[in-house]
Amino acid sequence: MVEQVRKLLDKKLTDVAALEALRKSLQADKDASRTVISVCGGTGCRASGAEAVVAAFAEEIEKQELAAKIEFKETGCHGFCERGPVVVIGPKKIFYQRVQPEDVPEIIAETIVKGGVVKRLLYTDPATDEEITYEPDVPFYQRQTRLILGANGEIDPTSIDQYIAAGGYTALAKVLAGMKPEAIVKEITEAGLRGRGGGGFPTGRKWQSCRAAEGEVKYVLCNADEGDPGAYQDRSILEGNPHSVIEGMIIGAYAIGARQGYIYVRNEYPLAVEHARAALDQAVEYGLLGDNILGTDFSFRITINKGGGAFVCGESSALIASLEGKVGEPRAKYVHMSEKGLWERPSLLNNVKTWANVPLIINKGADWYSKIGTKGSKGTMIFSLVGKINNSGLVEVPFGITLREMIYDIGGGIPNGKKFKAVQTGGPSGGCIPEEFLDTPVDFDELTKLGSMMGSGGMIVMDEDNCMVDVARYFIEFLKGESCGKCTPCREGLAKLSEILNRITHGQGVPEDLELMADLGEVLHDGALCALGKSAANPVLSTLRYFKDEYLAHINEKKCPAGVCHELLTFSIDADKCTGCGVCARNCSTNAISGEKKQPHVINQGMCIKCGVCYDSCKFGAVIKV
Amino acid sequence: MDTELDFTALQAIFENNAAKVEGLIDSYADKKEQLISLLQDVQAEFNYIPQDVIVRISQKLELPLSQVFSVATFFQAFSLKPRGRHTITVCLGTACHVKGGQRLVDKMARDFNLQPGETTGDERFTLETANCLGCCALGPVVVVDGKYESQVNPEKLDKILKKYE
Repeated sequence: MVEQVRKLLDKKLTDVAALEALRKSLQADKDASRTVISVCGGTGCRASGAEAVVAAFAEEIEKQELAAKIEFKETGCHGFCERGPVVVIGPKKIFYQRVQPEDVPEIIAETIVKGGVVKRLLYTDPATDEEITYEPDVPFYQRQTRLILGANGEIDPTSIDQYIAAGGYTALAKVLAGMKPEAIVKEITEAGLRGRGGGGFPTGRKWQSCRAAEGEVKYVLCNADEGDPGAYQDRSILEGNPHSVIEGMIIGAYAIGARQGYIYVRNEYPLAVEHARAALDQAVEYGLLGDNILGTDFSFRITINKGGGAFVCGESSALIASLEGKVGEPRAKYVHMSEKGLWERPSLLNNVKTWANVPLIINKGADWYSKIGTKGSKGTMIFSLVGKINNSGLVEVPFGITLREMIYDIGGGIPNGKKFKAVQTGGPSGGCIPEEFLDTPVDFDELTKLGSMMGSGGMIVMDEDNCMVDVARYFIEFLKGESCGKCTPCREGLAKLSEILNRITHGQGVPEDLELMADLGEVLHDGALCALGKSAANPVLSTLRYFKDEYLAHINEKKCPAGVCHELLTFSIDADKCTGCGVCARNCSTNAISGEKKQPHVINQGMCIKCGVCYDSCKFGAVIKV
Repeated sequence: MDTELDFTALQAIFENNAAKVEGLIDSYADKKEQLISLLQDVQAEFNYIPQDVIVRISQKLELPLSQVFSVATFFQAFSLKPRGRHTITVCLGTACHVKGGQRLVDKMARDFNLQPGETTGDERFTLETANCLGCCALGPVVVVDGKYESQVNPEKLDKILKKYE
């Protein structure tokens, strides 16, 4: 049936009715009771060996001649990256975690053929010690609302047919079948959607000003230069469901009257580039991109541009400079990008997640959408819950959930019985939030009140072993390296902050440093050209605000309470615990450790460079750092 | 440590590829705004961006040499120096940092006298760092020649590197 329809249509869909006919035939071809094996093929699971698992399934399916009876696919990221490679067996959604190629024959024999469960591959809830069989019952997923990420685990991102069968491009069809551009902008505005890239600017207002801007030629841009370290949701969407972003962009282009779009994606995300490219080709082939989309007089194209690995290019004016083939330096924004952006033309720039929300809003309506979330922040937000946390991965929740629910209910708390210290949100421009504010509901405005920000959704959990001065130093070093150097406050201010923090972590800080850093923060905020510089001192200011005692310990007592800043530590060996195995001595690069076999060893303090290798390599916990 | 370069050998490689370079630049003749993509293609071809190619791009696409040079040096993805047989990228994103990514860079400095951006004298390894590779749930992450390795500690790094000669 599908084949017949396809032949008749020659793949190019000439009108909305043809798209709907194709969808119907694709859905009719699908048997809901059929067994489906989905292997997560996101970058995270691939890092844990998913490609070998996919190959093993393919081989086993062929060997057992099961290809006609079951559906097998490699999907996008399921979000629970820490447990990868993840395999889900539908229709019941049996959830297997940390699957290795050698487990595959057993899965096929036990689950596919006999309909049973391979118990040892199930997820065990660390809180209750209970084995959980089905994906929706895993606590990590239970508390989530996966409006955007949900499809990632359902469809093969390289197949436009699967996206269409799952309801893809219905929003585009609805728009082209009779929604006026003004009505689209109105819908987005009323939905209360705010930019998901960091700033949280009202999306509808941006669209409106770009629509109203004068000029025949306008551009639609997608910011996939996900630079915030510790955040990877854009990568996951572009890899796992590229058509949702493309559909959003086509609708945006229709609303503002653009004919050309660009996706600016990080060079560090090869799989996202590959899948987005393939998706664009398919969309062109189906007549969903290109001239006369679905037989209308609306034409639109999208080109992919790969970034060159510069954090600052996530900033709108730097991204545009980079798209023009120039160095990614920001400019002062007296005139908005929506009026004069790429090639001085009106340009509508939104983040990947923002674009992916658009089809959802058009399909379900602003009324429905604006009921999700808090007063000022509507819809869901995708966080990357990472760092010192049991269940780490991508989490999609409605705005308004508390930090405590995120970290303890979904994230399962802190591993190894350690104590929670802080959660860092908002990327390098964000801040660290201490335990006393864990009951704060998470939305754009609440995080800002705490001296942090939403940013692009990174949420890095830190425990008692993390030094907050070191964290501040880390972010300042990062920003110093990424400052484009165009404006003086950012270039020189960050260099100075880095110098001071390095001094403090090396035990050479003085009490006046704290005031000086606060002053520098003010200069950066008032004087820097772009958001990178303006917010660059945030990591220092927020840690000073909540963890001043740690700074004082480094400065006054020359101690690092968390045991991170090596210059301030002394390594020694506990003679009672040392078994004399000699592993530390063999690993010591300066030969500072000596001792007889099976006798307690000692560290020569004069030779020790405090690298910490002995501490890491000792299996008996005999190396002490104070 | 500075790499000892065999310039005659490099020159030969370049000359053998002259036609390829010309073709590559020509394919961007009407889209010089995609300079970054062109430089990425060049780097994919040679593993670095030879100086002569920068000059040729400037001449053929009629772009100021200063612009080509500044773009080639601004972005982290480009290297103007030849690189080793294997590229080791250590992720130093926040999640990898709090889980000890820096210790892997320290280890490379100790074992191979290698700082980020440098290549070993025997051209075996080039060490790079990344701000975030987006595998934050699996940190610390190291990528060797495009292969992702998760939850790497100094001991595991030793085992991984032994596979690359």
